[in-house]
Formats: sequence, structure tokens, C-alpha cells
Amino acid sequence: MTTLRALLRDRWAAGAVAVLVMLALVAALAPWIAPTDPYVQHDILRTRFLPPFTAGPDGVFHLLGTDHFGRDLLTRLMHGTRISMTVGFLSVAVSVVMGCAVGVTAAMAGGVAERALMALTDAMLAMPRLVLLLALVALFEPSLFLVVMVIGFTGWMSIARLARAEVKGLLAQPYVDAARATGAPPGRLLFRHVLPNALTPVIVAAALAVGNAITLESGLAFLGLGVPPPAPSWGNMIAGGRDALVNAPWIAVLPGIAIVVAVVASNVFGDGVRDALDPTTR
Amino acid sequence: MFRRVLTRATFGVALVFAVVTATFILINLAPGDPVRLWVAPGAGDAELAVARRALGLDRALPIRYAAWLANFARGDWGVSLAQQRPVARIILDALPHTILLSGASLVLTYLGGTLVGAFQAARRRTTWDTTVTVTSLIVYGMPAYWLAVMLVLTFTYAAARYGWPGWLQFPALGVASLDADFLSPWGRAVDRLRHLALPMVTLAAIGVAGTARFVRGAVLEVRGLEYVRAARARGLAHAVIEGRYILRNALLPIITLLGLSLPALFSGTVFVEFIFSWPGMGREIVSAVASRDYPVVMATTAIFATLVVTGNLLADLLYAVADPRLRREER
Repeated sequence: MTTLRALLRDRWAAGAVAVLVMLALVAALAPWIAPTDPYVQHDILRTRFLPPFTAGPDGVFHLLGTDHFGRDLLTRLMHGTRISMTVGFLSVAVSVVMGCAVGVTAAMAGGVAERALMALTDAMLAMPRLVLLLALVALFEPSLFLVVMVIGFTGWMSIARLARAEVKGLLAQPYVDAARATGAPPGRLLFRHVLPNALTPVIVAAALAVGNAITLESGLAFLGLGVPPPAPSWGNMIAGGRDALVNAPWIAVLPGIAIVVAVVASNVFGDGVRDALDPTTR
Repeated sequence: MFRRVLTRATFGVALVFAVVTATFILINLAPGDPVRLWVAPGAGDAELAVARRALGLDRALPIRYAAWLANFARGDWGVSLAQQRPVARIILDALPHTILLSGASLVLTYLGGTLVGAFQAARRRTTWDTTVTVTSLIVYGMPAYWLAVMLVLTFTYAAARYGWPGWLQFPALGVASLDADFLSPWGRAVDRLRHLALPMVTLAAIGVAGTARFVRGAVLEVRGLEYVRAARARGLAHAVIEGRYILRNALLPIITLLGLSLPALFSGTVFVEFIFSWPGMGREIVSAVASRDYPVVMATTAIFATLVVTGNLLADLLYAVADPRLRREER
């Protein structure tokens, strides 16, 4: 509770939380609050490339203009929020679960198993992540599930290292020895005494990883390897806008601003969580 | 010192080996048939089988792996399925472009990042500091490909449309102009640099933003340490304290950051090369993956992994050079 209060007292972090909550609301409510349908194309030759703040020939007002198929950009941006937020949070959840599993197992097991697991972690870290992502996504059929899994499975390494270091440090603490001396079984020792205290740096790393995951998803979509069109995602909207950069720059500009807002909010939130959890800066 | 390097190098070789093996397995398990690249669109099963046998793709996976590894170690990297050119030739053509681009942006990233970070730390809690902090937060949050598109929009299209001065207009495609061969040697060099400008700035801007954040924090942390106060009490010159006492020690962790940032830098070049039609490794890898060009994917992955591992090893060595404590321990 004190952590939450410390987090919200930090003006920057509070702002970031507000932005993230707003994005989550837009993502959840997009079908109901968006002005129109993200797929509807009217008389395409007359409604395409409408600049922001104009009404189409059919009288429909487009606050942020239309794209090369005459689809309402604000609507598509709102629906794109769903994909970015889903991938951002779910893939990080996958990374956290995997990273904790590997890191904690290594720390508890020790010996050869620990060294093998950490060598695997280092090997994965040495792999250029994007190359791995490209290979995985391109070789299988692109879908939301695949994108979440692939970003999650290529992002657990730093969390595994953090979790292992933290658990190892805690296992050497006198209070853990005391718990062990009272006859606590290993499971209780782990879940009750070690893990809750090891989670702090993991939470910080996870918060900072959300922004990275959002960027990666949009990047894959930009290369045409993300969630397949016509589903609107910020990345494939930018890719579509790139072809009309001269005549309709807003199509490529606006989704990028959305990405920057989401990523900056996640990063500021991560920094805020770190400061709030770190008693020395409070 | 020597033993340390040897251990790390051995581990590095093992790592590259592991990465290559994993890629090989992954690629071959994935759905899709590379043989189709070799035959006419309407080919039947008989033609496919012949082509498969000719390409050696009908053999069992472990045998193919052993054969590939033996050839790869001997320097025979096979022939590209999509381009029908020797893979080694493709890599040799592409690698210098990627090294030029990533090397130039790496230098710019660390020079710029150190300067900006140190400046912020010196002007701590002023309007300057806040402005730069907010700017770097925003730039750091930009996807490399979007920043690239925005730079093209500004310095290529807008610059041309609104008639900006020539030195503010930059080309958006390739490494040289079509008429580069007719330019004087000096003109050709300028032409190359102008083509390098936008891709390099894209990568460096994001790099500078990240590094500056780190340098600012590191400098402020070191400045609060006891020995700095002791140096101040002894009346040392301001420049000596700032430079030799604070900045030098604050920069130590940056060297590790350098090693760790290499994979991210190569990921960045993939997008940037794609957008600017820069004929480097990143563009090769995107087109190879898209066309299931297995030999090229394998070779480029191996090269990328080697570059990353070598970079980490170099960072490790640099660290030992920069930190006398590490050298002494080994003696």
C-alpha cells in the first residue's frame, strides 16, 4: 500500500498510470466508443486521403482523417490499441513466468543444472532478438497468439538472470535459514519466504519490458509479419501510410505518436515503480 | 588476464555454435517447402521429388545438419535458394555496408550520449536538464522504423517540396546516387556521406537518448561518493575532479552497456536498412526469411551471433583495460 502511495505521489509516475489506464480503457471499449467501423470503406475514391478535421462527401466527420482506403483513422487507432496493449502485457506475462521458472530453478538447484540453465540464458541473450523473431514469425502462420508467444519466448532472459541472482541472495539470508530450521518444506520456503521478496526487481524489469514489447509488435506488423490485415494495428497502419507519405503524411505520423505515447508511459511507469520500491530514494 | 580471455573466447565459440544449431533446427521444423523456390509454379510431385533429391533436402535432419556444419566450417556456405548466388558472395557484399552503418552510429551514440549525459548531470535540476530528459524519453520511446520514416518525410519530401537549402536535403534510398560514377572523388565521398546521414542519425538518435539517461544517472551517483568529496576538500581543480575523478569512473559501466547494446543495434539496422534500401545484412535477412532462403538465413544468423559475441568479448577486454583493479587482480 505504501508502495502504491509512493508511486502515485510521484507526479510523472501518476501521469504515466493515468495514460496507461486510459489506453487500457480505449482498448477494452474500442468497439463501443469508436466513431465508426474500422473496416468500413465508403465511396473509396471520394473518401480516401481526407486530412484531419474534415468531413467526407457523405457528411461523416473524420477527426483524424482517413487512410488510403477511406477508413476512419481515429477508429482504426482505437482498435489498434487493443492489439498493442494485449501483446504488450500478455507477452511480458509470458516472459515473466518463463524467466522466473528458469531463474528460480537454477538458483534452487545449483551445480550443473544451474550452470546449464544459465548458459542457455546467455546463449539466448547473444542471439539478435529481432532475427529470431523474424525467423519464427515468418516461418509460421502469423496470428495474435503467435506474436504474443514469440515476443514472450524471446524476452525472458534478463528476467531469468535477475530472478536467479535475487533468489540466490535471499537463500543466503539468516531469516531463510531460520525458516528452514523450523522445518518449513522447500515449497513453503520458496513461495512464502523467498519469492515475494525476490519479485521487486522482476516487477521493475517487467514494467520496462512492456514498452519494448509494444515496439517489437508494431515493428513486426510494419514488416507485414504481425497480426494480418485488415485488422488495424499501429505497425501496419504506419506501413500503409508509408506509401502515401507525400500526399497524406498524417496516416504514418499518427500511429507513431500513439506508439510513442504508449511506450513512454510504460517506461515512466517502470521507472516510477523502481523508485517507489526502492526505499533509498523514497 | 590471458586465461580470462581464453575462457571467454571458448565460451563465445560455444555460444555461436549453440545459436547456429538452434537456428538450423528451428528453420527445418517450420512449415513451408523451400524446394518450391526451385521449380516452376505448376510442378508436380515427381518434379518436386527430383529437385528435393538434387538439393539434398530428402536426407534425414541430423545428416543434413552434419553436412551443413562441415561445409560451413570449411567456408562453403552454399548457394542462395532465392538469388542463386553463392551465400559467401552475398555476405561479403552486404557486410561492409552494415559495419559502416552500425559502426558510425555506434561512435555517434557513445560520443553524443556521454556529452549529453555529462551536460545534464552538470546542469542538474535546471530547465536544460528537464528539457533534455523529456526529449530523450520521447526519442527513446520511438520505434526506429517510425523515426526513419519521419526523417524521410522531413529531410527528403518536405525539404524538396518547400525548397530547403541543399545541405538540409538528404537522399532516402541506397548508398550512392545513380550518377555517382561521374562525380569527382571528393564529390563521390560527399555523396556517400549524404546517403549515410539519415540512416545513421535514425540509429544514433535513439542510441544517444538511451545512453544519455544512463550517463546522467552514473555521473550523479559517482559525484555523491566519499572520495569525490575528499578530492574537493583537498582543493583539486574543478576540471580534474569532473574529468578524472567523476567522469572516468562513471563511464566504466558504459563499457558493459556497449557490449549489451549490440544486439539492439543490429535489430535497429534491420529496420533501418529495410526502409533506406541500404544493401546490408539486415535487408538480406528480411528478404531471406520472407523467401525461406535457408542457406542465407543460416549464414546471416551465424554472422550476427558472431558479431554480438565478439562485441561482448571486446567490451569485457575494454573493461579490464579501463579498470586497473581488474588488471591487478589477475596478476
